[in-house]
Formats: sequence, C-alpha cells, structure tokens
Amino acid sequence: MNKIFLIIEREFLNRVQKKSFIIATILIPLIFPSIIGLLVYIGKQQDKNATKEVVHYVDHSGFFVPDSSKFNFKLFQGSFEDAKTAYKASDDFALLLIPEMSIEKPDGITLYTKISPSLDDINSIEKIFETQIKDLKMQKMKIDQKVLDSLKTNISIKTINFSDNGQEKSSNSMIVAGIGMAGGILMYMFIFIYGAQIMQGIIEEKTSKVVEVIVSSVKPFQLMMGKILGLASVGLLQFIIWILLMFVLTFGVLGYFGIEPPQQQAMSQISADVAAQQTAMNSEMSKSLGEFYAMPWGYIAFSFVFYFLGGYLLYGALFAAVGSSVDSPAEAQQFMFPITIPLLISYMSLFMFVIKDPHKPISIWLSIIPFTSPIAMMGRIGYGVPLWQLALSMILLIGGFIFTTWIAGRIYRVGILMSGTKVNYKVLAKWFMMKG
Amino acid sequence: MEALIARDVTKQYAQHTALKKVSVTIPEKTIYGLLGPNGAGKTTLIRIINQIITSDSGEILVFGEKLNPNHIGVIGYLPEERGLYKKLKVGEQLLYFAQLKGLSKADAKARIKKWLTKFEITDWWNKKVEDLSKGMAQKVQFISTVMHEPRLIILDEPFSGFDPVNAQLITKEILELKENGSTIIFSTHRMETVEDLCDHIALINKSEKILEGSKKQVKQQFRTNSFSLEHKGSFSLSGNYELVSQEILEEDFLKSIVKMKTPVSTNQLIRDLTEITEVHSFCERVPSMSEIFIGLVKGESHE
Repeated sequence: MNKIFLIIEREFLNRVQKKSFIIATILIPLIFPSIIGLLVYIGKQQDKNATKEVVHYVDHSGFFVPDSSKFNFKLFQGSFEDAKTAYKASDDFALLLIPEMSIEKPDGITLYTKISPSLDDINSIEKIFETQIKDLKMQKMKIDQKVLDSLKTNISIKTINFSDNGQEKSSNSMIVAGIGMAGGILMYMFIFIYGAQIMQGIIEEKTSKVVEVIVSSVKPFQLMMGKILGLASVGLLQFIIWILLMFVLTFGVLGYFGIEPPQQQAMSQISADVAAQQTAMNSEMSKSLGEFYAMPWGYIAFSFVFYFLGGYLLYGALFAAVGSSVDSPAEAQQFMFPITIPLLISYMSLFMFVIKDPHKPISIWLSIIPFTSPIAMMGRIGYGVPLWQLALSMILLIGGFIFTTWIAGRIYRVGILMSGTKVNYKVLAKWFMMKG
Repeated sequence: MEALIARDVTKQYAQHTALKKVSVTIPEKTIYGLLGPNGAGKTTLIRIINQIITSDSGEILVFGEKLNPNHIGVIGYLPEERGLYKKLKVGEQLLYFAQLKGLSKADAKARIKKWLTKFEITDWWNKKVEDLSKGMAQKVQFISTVMHEPRLIILDEPFSGFDPVNAQLITKEILELKENGSTIIFSTHRMETVEDLCDHIALINKSEKILEGSKKQVKQQFRTNSFSLEHKGSFSLSGNYELVSQEILEEDFLKSIVKMKTPVSTNQLIRDLTEITEVHSFCERVPSMSEIFIGLVKGESHE
C-alpha cells in the first residue's frame, strides 16, 4: 500500500511541477472566456465592416423592392439572357431571377451564383421576400400593422420546483441548461485529457524501458493504480483551482459592476423598503443572479467530482490497458476507437437529448449506464435527479470502474513486459486469460 | 548457506514451455553465471525470482526462506531491458527507486550520496537523465541496482552497451560487492565475462538446465585429455596415446597434439614423450567456456 502512495506522489509531483500544468491551470479559466469574447467581437466587427455583396436582379414580378441592409441589389434592365452574360463577366456575388408571379403563389425565384451560397445568405434573401409578400398581403386584406402588433403577447413562465424538503424555489432553465452543458463538456474534456495522459505516461515507461526496473519493486497492478490515482489527484487539484479562480473572478467582476453578492443581497432584502427602491432593470438582473446563486452549487460540485473520479477511473483503466499493450502513441490509435465511441455517444446525446429532455427515458438510461453516465448525468444534474436514479447510477459507476480496472490490470501486467510484439484484439484476449 | 535454491521450477505459456523443471543451487558469496542462448528461459527464471511473474510449479528459496514480497528489498535487479525516467533528475530518480525498494527517505539519501561520491559524480544530483550521456546513465542505473545493499544481485547482460572503461569500473564494483558478502547472478551469453568472473555456472538451453557446477568442476568434466606440445624432431605414437595432429613450425620444430585414450597422469605422458622427442613446451588443452557452451547447445559431445 505504502508503495502505491510513493507512486501517486511521484506522478503527482511530476505533473504538477511541469510548467505546462501551471500555465494550463491558471490560464484556461482566463483564456476560454477571452477567446469566446474575442471571436464574438471579431464576428460583430466583420459584419459591420463587410462590404455588401452585389446581387443583380431581373424583376418580372414588378413588386420587388430591394432591401439593401444585407446585400447591394442592382436592377438589371434588359432580358434575362443579357443579364446572365453580364453577370458571368462580372466579379459579383449573385444574379437573382424574379419571374412573373402572384403573391399567392410566389414560385420560381432563382438565385444564380458562381460559388455555392451559404445557408445564411439564402435565408436572408428568402426573408426579404417573405416580409415583402407578407406586407403586400396585409395591405390587400386591409390589416393594419398596429392591429397585428397588438395581437402579439409576450409570455415568460416562471418555474418553481417543489424540492424534497418542501421548499419552493424558482429555477431558471437557462441557467440549468448552461450548467448541464458546461458540466458535460468539462467532464468529456477531463476524461479525455487525463485518460490520454495516463496512456502517454505508460507508453513512455515502456519505451524508456524503465518499467521492468519498477516492477521488480512493485506489483504491476500497484504501478498502474498509482499512476491512475496520481493523475486523478492532479485533475482534482486543477479542478479545485479552476473553481476557486472562477469564484474569485465572478466576485471581482460583480464587484466591479456594482452588483451585490447573494449574502448581502439576502440581507438587504430583509428590508422591504430597500427592495422597493430597486429599479425594475436592477431587480430583473438580481432575480437572475439570485436564481444563479440559488442553484445547489455544493450538490453540483460534489456530483461533478464524483462523476469525474468515477468516469475517469473507468476510462483511465482502459487507457492504461491500451498504453501497456502498444509501443508508440501511433499504434494506440487502433485501440482508441472502442474507448472513444461511448464517450462520443454520451457527448452527442448531451446536446441531442439530455439537455432538452432530461427526464425522457433515453436521458435517464444514458445517465445510469456507467460508460455514458459521467457526461449524461452532468447534463441532468441541474434539473434535479430522483434519488434512486442517482444512487443506481453511482453504484453502477463504481461497479463499472472496478470491472474495467480488473480487465485493464490483467492486460497491463503482461503488456508492459512485451515490447516489439504485434498486438491485436486476439493477443489482448490471450494476455487477459494468461496466468500470473 | 545457499543464496538461492530453485527446485523444479516450471513456467508454461500458451504455446510454449519457458522453463521445464529447472533446479539451480546458488551458493552464497559467489558469482554465478546463468548461461544460455537467447530465448532459453534465463529471463523467465530471473523474472520469477524477482516476483515479476509467478511460476506454475516448483519452489524458490532465497537465503533459506520461501520467496515472498519481503525479498524485494533483498534483491537488486538490473534487467536487460533497462532504462530511467528521462525527465527526472538523477537524485530524485534514485530516491524514488530506493524508496520503492523499501528504504526510508533519509536512508536512501545517505546511500545515494555515498555512491555518487564513490563514482565522483556528486554534482549530478540535479541533472536530468536526458542530459546525461549513455555511459553516465549506465552508472546511474547501476547505482539504482545496488544502492539498497542487496544480498542477492541479479545482473541480466550487465555489460551490454557499456563502453570498456565503464565495464571495467562496474567489474571492479561487482568484485567489491562480492568481497562484502553479496551473491551475484550473471545472466549472459558473453563467455569472456564468465571465464573471468564466475565461480559457478549453470547452462540453460531450450527451457531446461543442462549443466551446473563450479567452473573448475565443469572444466574438469569437459577435459579432453589432449595436450599440445612443441618439440624438436618428429615422432609417431601408438598404444594408449594418439597423435591427433602434427605440424611443422620451422625446420625441425614441430607442434603436435596428443591425446590419451585412457587417462594416465600427466607426468607419465611427459616422461614417455621425452623419450621419443625433445620437448620445448607442454600444456593441457582445456576447453574454454565458450567451446563448452557452443558444444552443448549444438548438441555435440566433447570427448
């Protein structure tokens, strides 16, 4: 046992002392938001500064009024054949043919381009026609825009959950979905990055041939577990630092914008006067913030840590088995496939089902099956998960990693001492069956 | 007392038998050569002794005790496939290995310092292994094998990849370790090492032990009873003696090889020879370990 701790300690120090770890740990929570912000900013700037594409049009309908907010429309006087020749000679974006048509049956509008237009461009042009035809129809039916506007009503539903202890709490599904998404993506990244690091470490030990020296002092299983747990501790440390950094940053930003943190807010809300004084805008914002802070963060963080450890151990063992059986990362590719598939399935399902319908059977099952549960459960956790499902999922996950660790251990103990052998699944099965 | 006794050790893999009822007895404070061609089963036996793998049947006693996890600290193992963590500093690396062998941190530090001083490389503590030359790394590797003062040291092809200077240095250290009471097992197919260093040998071929004994015994066993002599004036032999070959060195000087059909004393042979020729030099033709090895492995018999 003592030796496992030595290995954990060694692995932990090896990783944590690296510059790359320190940089990644401190910069990622800063870099990601900055990159997203920068991209959004550049996108906006580009939209603003972009010179509008020229669209020539031939109009036989007689009612088209060019809307030049997105495109530079130029009417071509003359036959369509002439327009085609002229367009082909030019560098312009597109040629639009508007045939003779009625507003009841607007068929045959055609866009000629040299390169395939983007979906966005087509949508914009369609939108122009739809709006114009709608306006024309309204005129014809003698409907006033004001009447139409007055028909529109904005409804925003407030949702309140009855929690287990009978308290009512308002929940914001936007926040909950955001948490689910962020948690799931983070989980996927953590499992992949740390799993790959286990694999790499083991391949390194194999190629540097240090492994036989080590296994003459410790059991191969101890070495494998030490490595996996050592990296898990690095992952946890990184996670904790990220959480702390984000906490500090959030408070820093909130403080900067003069928004009160929740405790103080709660205190000030004691006095009704103060609440009444709040402006409408401010109350709307603090309501969202209140909901944000009212999320059961401790519960979510605990679940994340549990599912990170469980998922990481489950997949980490498999990554270890792959690392032990190959001589180079390139060779590892062939065995990565079956590991990647369940991870990808859970990642894609996260967006397709889990966040949208967290209580549908498929979401429930994905969050219970050990291979998909770490990511899928993260997607559901904010919505509130029945206790039996959570318990079942957690027990199965523990069972799952014990199972994969057992399999991996059997492959690992043989694999690390075999270099230069050509390995396929049959060979792996043989190693698995081999006696000590 | 015996440093190591293996009795009927057998190891079977799916398709082949790596060891078939191999028994060896390794006396304490000797250098024991474990010989055999590649793939004979030497490494399998060594891995079993190091508890990296387990045998299917048979037993192993280390200093009279049945092999158990406590023996990890008693044994020092330098595998043929060896290496170090490239990114780790020399000091940290040795400290880690020593602690894995069961030494306390303080003890390990003191031992490492002692060895680094001995090899005059005290300033290497903070050097990363990847910055060392191959020869330097080998020294570190050797230190990692012996720093916990193992009573049984197993060296698998210890000189492969060592330059002559380092090989000599290591040889000196090995002899010193033996003086200090350690038992050393050499696994090798380099016969000059065996000739120079080993007191005892065992030969393993095709998963079976085919020869074991002290170097003297083995040589005795494989005596050819033939002698070579340089002499003046040719002669021919009959009776108990057979003239294997005779060649002219220059003018009247010849070199002959004489073989005794049934062994008689060497003095008798010399006496008989001096009567028929003028003997200038005389020596017994003792087979080298290399000849014995090749002869046995090829399945030939030396008479």
